[in-house]
Amino acid sequence: MTPEVALILGIDGLANGAVYLLAGLGLVLIFSVTRVVFVPFGDVAAFAALSLAAFETGRMPATVAMVATLAVLALAVEIRSLVVRGEARRIPRALLGWGLLPALPCLAAWAIAGRGAPAMVQVAVAVALVVPIIPLVARIALQPIADASVLVLLIASLALHFLLSGLGLLFFGPEGSRTAPLVGGAISIVGFTVSGQVLLMVGAAVVLSAMFFLAFERTVAGKALRATAVNRIGARLVGIRPARTALLAYVCASLLAGLIGVLVAPVTTMYYDSGFLIGLKAFVAAIIGGLVSYPLTAIGAIAVGVVESFASFWSGALKDVIVFSLLIPVLLLRSFFSVHAEEEEEEIDE
Amino acid sequence: MKTFARNALGVVAGCALAASAFAADLKVGLSVSLSGPNASLGVPYAKGMQAAIAYRPEIAGRKVVLTVLDDASDPTTAGRNARKLIEEEKVDVIMGTSGVPAAIAMAQVGRETKTPMIGLTPISLAPADAEWFFTVAQPAPLMVNAVVEKMKANGVKTVAYIGFTDAWGDLVYDALLKATEPAGIKVVANERYARPDPSVTGQVLKIVALRPDAVMTGGAGTPGALPFLALQERGFKGGVYGNHGMINPDFLRVAGSAATGAFLPTGPVIVSDQLPANYPTRKVSDEFRAAFLKVNGAPSTDAFSAYSFDGYLVFADAAARAIANKVEPGTPAFRVALRDAIANTREVVGTHGVYNFKAGNVYGVDERARVVVRVDAGTWKYVP
Repeated sequence: MTPEVALILGIDGLANGAVYLLAGLGLVLIFSVTRVVFVPFGDVAAFAALSLAAFETGRMPATVAMVATLAVLALAVEIRSLVVRGEARRIPRALLGWGLLPALPCLAAWAIAGRGAPAMVQVAVAVALVVPIIPLVARIALQPIADASVLVLLIASLALHFLLSGLGLLFFGPEGSRTAPLVGGAISIVGFTVSGQVLLMVGAAVVLSAMFFLAFERTVAGKALRATAVNRIGARLVGIRPARTALLAYVCASLLAGLIGVLVAPVTTMYYDSGFLIGLKAFVAAIIGGLVSYPLTAIGAIAVGVVESFASFWSGALKDVIVFSLLIPVLLLRSFFSVHAEEEEEEIDE
Repeated sequence: MKTFARNALGVVAGCALAASAFAADLKVGLSVSLSGPNASLGVPYAKGMQAAIAYRPEIAGRKVVLTVLDDASDPTTAGRNARKLIEEEKVDVIMGTSGVPAAIAMAQVGRETKTPMIGLTPISLAPADAEWFFTVAQPAPLMVNAVVEKMKANGVKTVAYIGFTDAWGDLVYDALLKATEPAGIKVVANERYARPDPSVTGQVLKIVALRPDAVMTGGAGTPGALPFLALQERGFKGGVYGNHGMINPDFLRVAGSAATGAFLPTGPVIVSDQLPANYPTRKVSDEFRAAFLKVNGAPSTDAFSAYSFDGYLVFADAAARAIANKVEPGTPAFRVALRDAIANTREVVGTHGVYNFKAGNVYGVDERARVVVRVDAGTWKYVP
């Protein structure tokens, strides 16, 4: 291996790592606030990519139909639960929140589809289009069982993954798509060229992580998220509603997934099911961070990206085996050094 | 007056029924994937068959009745469909389907019930299992040989291989090894990637570092475009060669300019309008395109509908010879006669090639069933 090859692989790994970092942040965010390992995270990223591809070819993305269907279902679930609880007077608000809000990006998509809108507008609408997806599916399937054990939530989210990827096949078809690069050109650093798209991916990861950090440290909403993550009962006692913070976490994660989708679509061919592998590798990164620590997840994501890149050079066929084998030493180390908190059991008893 | 008309109609219908009792119709059963992940192949298969029936609605004076079932891209359903076609619809021949496992499931039912099957996909069976099975598709080695000949003509001495980690990748690699040895070309690398992989940068860097004269790719469909894109990104200057699994408009869409100049093998029907007028399959291909356009209202752009058309032509030729031997359709004796007739198919010209079947060999095509095409500005260009 020449230094040049190593450098190319390193940069490729960083670009992959940036994607896993963002996905890892989303996974940790959802898990720490709601205790759900959100398996379908990557699927949502794939939907954003495929929506953008549809806009570029002048078609109306099938995501619109998907969001509309989910919104109707979520609305039905919400109204039913309101009626059961005898709070029928809050139905108009539910209509506004679960019916109208998700319809806004659909309207935007309908307005720009096939009209040759500028690339940036298409990207923005493609991201906005997937933002309702995670909150909606969570409202339908996860919120009613929000107090179940971690295992039950995991199985439910696994089922959601199969549902979403099935819907993806139905709506987008089996063939893959690529989108035009968001930024063209390349920059030469010490006689070595790095493509603009890679810089954009790494830059986006850095900026978004910094924004995450600031939001958690400086804003009330961020602090509420952290409080729920640390202790749900405690948070409730001080007046934070878990359902509200969970919704906020789902919206943030959905936004992250959308951004991932439009960032990777120009460098990878995206299929309806491509997201799963991204989610799985981000999960390895999140495990390195113990599913709670953002900085460790970030380091883990970069490590996964770089290991994957070098592994594909040494043995293409065994690449994924090598990446997923990373989990074994990490889990061993973590179980040696971690102190077991008994919080989990308390919550199940509750 | 009305009653009279109804009575007259009844008499005519009765006569028609009586006539059909004397000369039984020929029954064709087609099971393809009209839904599920293989629908992009199955739908054209069905449309091609409709075109074929419209092209030749009668064989030796007998009407042909077609029954189409959907196997939903599922091998179990395909097997069940085959049984349903044979036992309930009493068909004389079964044809299908999009996936290799599903086609094998159908072939097993065909063998068990002693019904001939004309497959539309390249499957390999042990000679004992293949007694009742024939396929109009081209075997992979035939296609890869065409590419290797092109490499030799282009002065290639070393070639690197990058393909899928699955059976398709192995199939193309084995065919490449067999074909390159006599051609004096050395295979210097065997790199693999999985269908859903997002990037092949590592594998391609390794290949580029070896400086081969050419790269052979063993992918299929849109995931097959990945090595082309990575090689372009790394500025690879040698030739890039593909296989027939990539002949699909979606491959061109995803690969874009990265595939320009690549050589791929395919059945001649894909570029039939560019073939010389004396090419053996040119005339039938033109007739196929005309029939397809008339029946389906849109031109055919894929290779799959043409396989159904060829399958029907092989059946029509064999059925005519079986009927000439005074065996009535719809009987077990006819199915045996039909099987023997297919096994003795000689020089039947289709759209993909010229068919010569013999017992013990499921494939019936030769060098006339493949041409090499070059990708040029997002279209296939015939390379003589």
